[in-house]
Parts: sequence; structure tokens; C-alpha cells
Amino acid sequence: MRTRDFLNLTGTSLIEHRMRSFLTALGIAVGIAAVVLLTSIGEGVHQFVLSEFTQFGTTLVSINPGKTTTSGANVGGFGTERPLTIEDSEALKRLPYARAVVPFVQGNAEVEAGNRHRRTTIYGAGPEWPEAYSMRVKSGRFLPEDDPLAPRALAVLGSKLRQELFGDRSPLGQRITIGGSRYRVIGVLESKGTVLGFDLDDTVYIPAARALSLFNKDTLFKIDVLYDEETPVDKVVDGIKSVLEARHGRDDVTITTQQQMLDVLGSVLDVLTFAVGAIGGISLLVGAIGIVTIMTIAINERTNEIGLLRALGAKQSQVLSLFLGEAIVLAAVGGLSGLVLGIGIAQLLHLVLPALPVHTPMLYVVLAEAIAVVIGLLAGVLPARRAALLDPVEALRSE
Amino acid sequence: MLPVVILKDDDVIMIELAEIHRDFLVGDQVVHALDDVTLTIESGEYVSIMGPSGSGKSTLLNLLGLLDRPTSGVYRLNGKDVTSLSDIEQAQVRNREIGFVFQMFHLVPRLTAAENVELPLILAGMPPEQRKPKVANVLDDLGLTDRSHHKPEQLSGGQRQRVAIARATVTEPNVILADEPTGNLDHKSGTDVIRILEQLNERGITLIMVTHDPEMGQRAWRQLRMIDGCMHSDHSNDDQINPDHGAS
Repeated sequence: MRTRDFLNLTGTSLIEHRMRSFLTALGIAVGIAAVVLLTSIGEGVHQFVLSEFTQFGTTLVSINPGKTTTSGANVGGFGTERPLTIEDSEALKRLPYARAVVPFVQGNAEVEAGNRHRRTTIYGAGPEWPEAYSMRVKSGRFLPEDDPLAPRALAVLGSKLRQELFGDRSPLGQRITIGGSRYRVIGVLESKGTVLGFDLDDTVYIPAARALSLFNKDTLFKIDVLYDEETPVDKVVDGIKSVLEARHGRDDVTITTQQQMLDVLGSVLDVLTFAVGAIGGISLLVGAIGIVTIMTIAINERTNEIGLLRALGAKQSQVLSLFLGEAIVLAAVGGLSGLVLGIGIAQLLHLVLPALPVHTPMLYVVLAEAIAVVIGLLAGVLPARRAALLDPVEALRSE
Repeated sequence: MLPVVILKDDDVIMIELAEIHRDFLVGDQVVHALDDVTLTIESGEYVSIMGPSGSGKSTLLNLLGLLDRPTSGVYRLNGKDVTSLSDIEQAQVRNREIGFVFQMFHLVPRLTAAENVELPLILAGMPPEQRKPKVANVLDDLGLTDRSHHKPEQLSGGQRQRVAIARATVTEPNVILADEPTGNLDHKSGTDVIRILEQLNERGITLIMVTHDPEMGQRAWRQLRMIDGCMHSDHSNDDQINPDHGAS
């Protein structure tokens, strides 16, 4: 049989029962739409989170004090790890592939400028912070290379804090008070926005050593090391380990590479996307059952026609493919409308809730349609096989 | 030189049944629907098969049409043993060599008259430019041209059966198997349909018709009567044309 005739025969019987075909296809459409919509949101969140992370580059290694991985017996070592100090940070600078080493302390404190007060986040950082976190200075300059242990009392403002404290006046050279100590403003950073809930603009940067004494701490939160792209990450980690082991007497820090974080995050987000997709898949299953039902009914109604086709010289395989074709067309048309529906709703959602990241990958679209066709095939096989194997004499005789 | 034997059309044996049995299992009882039927039908014959219901005449017709297989025995169609053909080969024989006309017409309700007639050609994979003229021809032959775009429900019983005959003849088969073709028609339409079938027979198509109506049955040159699965009598109106068809 020619393809066009095949499609024509299939089409006329589906159009003959418009309402029923429509409802059956709708079942698949809802399923596909659910899968597309949910995976779009899942994938959108995935990309959003990853882009938030990778904006700092992927050649960043964080060193936190304390060992969080379990390794063998812990002989009286509980809570006795040595603090991570500014001297450690200075020692790491001697690693040849370290492009930037940034000691980091964070806390909250009251910031005063003239008669304005604001309680905000204080970042104690080193002068290489802008390089490590790809930040730009908008005016003035960032914290200079001072004596790391006794730096001058200089401060750099985030763009939002500058706006809050100084309005339109230039803050450069102005005096502010942070936690009771006086600082001189030497620069303002460009706006960076919110990253994973942290407003990087509502901050003030001061030298790490001063932040340690401000918050009365003896250990840094972490040291960030930005390394050369050419250097393998394992070599960097080993180098850092040996420097700190030599200084601390043992391995008592946790080193996290950006790549590790991305991998873990990526796999978690993949599972998330897959899980929501699977939830949509349940409705797809219901749609498939709808196709089985309708095809079974259709074959019971058209037993006579099957007998006739056989008498006119239709092979079993032709009868099989005719009914299989109907099931597949139902599923494919349903799948296509489901795609349109799903993508439409996803875009609408994006318009109504711009904060919700939505992304429909082309691969998922193609995959969803392929799944719809396969579902039609699977759902059609049993009824169509029954039709093909009918005894033509019996089929012709049935009322 | 070898002598050249010229056979008249009438002398060519078309259908040859030898010791055909067809058993059905009803419950745990074996029913002999056909019990040792041996029969020869020549090309161009006009045969009616009569008999009470349950005598096996429909089973015989289904078997001749390759819709059913005998339990035992041999069926040769145009000299070829067709009992052992595969499903696909049997379907091809049905498509090319046999035309069916049914009591219930069996038109596909969603297709127009022309599309119904086209169906066997579509199944055979014939391209549209070849089959459209064929369909137009047979419809014209049967006076259905102005009905060709009507659905079966818009046609009278007689017209429906004419569409069915058009469908049976569009493939130019050698034989038409008609199962009670007038059974669902009033007397006038029934007579019309029989005349059409007879005209086809006059053009050379073998016509085999099952009927329980003696009036219709006696119009055939050759009348077979079946009882309880056996060939009870084989009577020819004109013994000079069909001198020696023996029923077993």
C-alpha cells in the first residue's frame, strides 16, 4: 500500500470519530505538556543555578578550616584543628600557579557615614578579591597591597551600600565608622546583583586582618585560591595540601574545588529535572491507556471492515499496520499539541513570573515527541495484532 | 511439428476441488461442514450453490475464496495448488483473481462509493493515476457515475450492491463469488443485481453464487445442491455445454 493511501485511510477513520480521537489525543497531549512544562522548569532552574555559580569562573578552590571528610580514627583530635590564618594565605601566594589568593572573613556590623546608619554585611578580604570573583571597581580602587598583618583602615563599598550611605555624593575619601572603628572609603564596586540569595552590593569590604579583630576571631572563614587554567586541579589541590600540612603539622583543612561543587550540584539538579519529568510521565501513561481502550473499541466496532479488507486481499501485516498507524497518529498528533501546549504554558509562566527560570531544551522536545510516538506504537500493538489475527470468515459474519 | 491444441475458454478448468473436508469443533463435537467434496468448475461457468442452511454452501464459498482452509483435500485454482499458500500469497490471490459480493454488501461506511470501489486497488499498491480511470470505468458500467461521491448511507440497497459489484470487478478477477447477493434486496433490485452479475458472466467471468432462493438459483446454467456437507446433486440446464461434471 502506498504511504499516501495509508495515511488517507488512517485519517478518514480518525476523522470519522472526531470527538473520540480528539479526547484520546488530548490524553497524550496533557501528558506531553506536563512532561515538557515540568522539565522546562527543572532545566531552567538547573541552568540558573549553574550560571550563578560559574560566573566566578571554574578555576577557584576554597579552603575551609577543619576536616569534614572522615578518615580513620580521630585520636583526640576533635575541635583541635589549627585556625586558618592570614599567614597561611600569604604562604599559599608562593605557589607558582596561584593567580590570586584571598583570605576571607564575613560578619555583620553597624556602618555609619555622617548621620546615616546601616547594619550590613562586612567582608574581610584580601586585595586580590576582585580578580578571584571577577568583580570590577567602578570608581576609586580596591584594597591595596598593604602589610597583610597590619593593613591600613581602608574600605571599599558595594554599589547599593554606597547609594544608601552617600546618595549621589561621591564617597571617595569620606570617613565611615564600622563597628566603632574609623575607615576611609577608597573605592566603590560595580553592581553584581544577588547571587544565590546574597546581595553582593549591600556590603563593605575591609582588609581581612582588620575584620578578624573586628569580629574577634582567630580563624579565617576560608581562603580562595584562583589558579592558572593550564594547571590540573589535582596538582593545585596537592600543592595547597602540602603547604598547609607543613605549616599545621597535619592535614586539617577541607579543600573544595569549583568543579566538584558544579559536579555535585549538576547531578542533584539532573535528578530534580528527571524526577519532575517522571511525574509528568505518569499522566503520559494514563494517556497511553486511553489509546489502548479506544483502539480496542474501534476494532470491536470495525470487525466487519477487517473481514472485508482481508477478503479484498489485505495481508495480515496491512491490517496490523493500518490499526497501528491509527494509534501512532493519535499519539503523534496528541504529542505535537502537547508540545505546543507545554511550551506555551512555560513561556506564559515566564511572562507572568519573570523570576521563575524556564528553559525548554530542543532535545527534550524531540525526545518528548519520540516518546509519544513510541507510546502510540506500544499502546497500539496489542489491539492491532488482535485485528490482524482475526479469522476473516468470523469477522465478516460479525454484526 | 507438434500438434497445437487450442482450448476454448469454456474448456479450461479453473477450480478443482479434490476430497475436500472441512471440520469444525463445536464444543467437544466435530461438525463436518464439508464432507469429501470433489468438484470441477470450468472458466466462464455460471454456477449456483443451493441447499438448506447449515448444508455447507457458505463454507464451500469461503473455501473457494481462500478465506478459509480445508481440513484436508486439495484445492487447485487455475491449475495451481492454493491450499498450501502462505497468508500473504493467499491475500494476493484474493486481491487479483477473486471478487467477492456479500449479502450484507460490506461497504466501508466512512468512504464514498468511489473510494469503496478503489479499496482493492489501494491494497494492491496501485498508483492513483492508474486506478482512477479503472474506478471511473466500472462505476460508469454499473450506472453509478452520479453516485460516486455518495456515502453508502445515502444509497439505496440496490445501489449499494452495485457499488459492491463494482468493487469486486475493478481488479478484473477471473471469478466472482457471490454469497446471497440478493438476500437483502427487494425483488426488483434483486433481479437487477442478478442481471448485472449475469452480464459479467456473459463477458467471461466465472460466476459462483450461493443462494437459498430457488428462482434465482435456477437461472444458473449449472446448479449444485448441498445437503449436510455433501454434494447432493449437480444439474446442468444445458447438458451439451457441461456434459460431464460429476459430483462425488
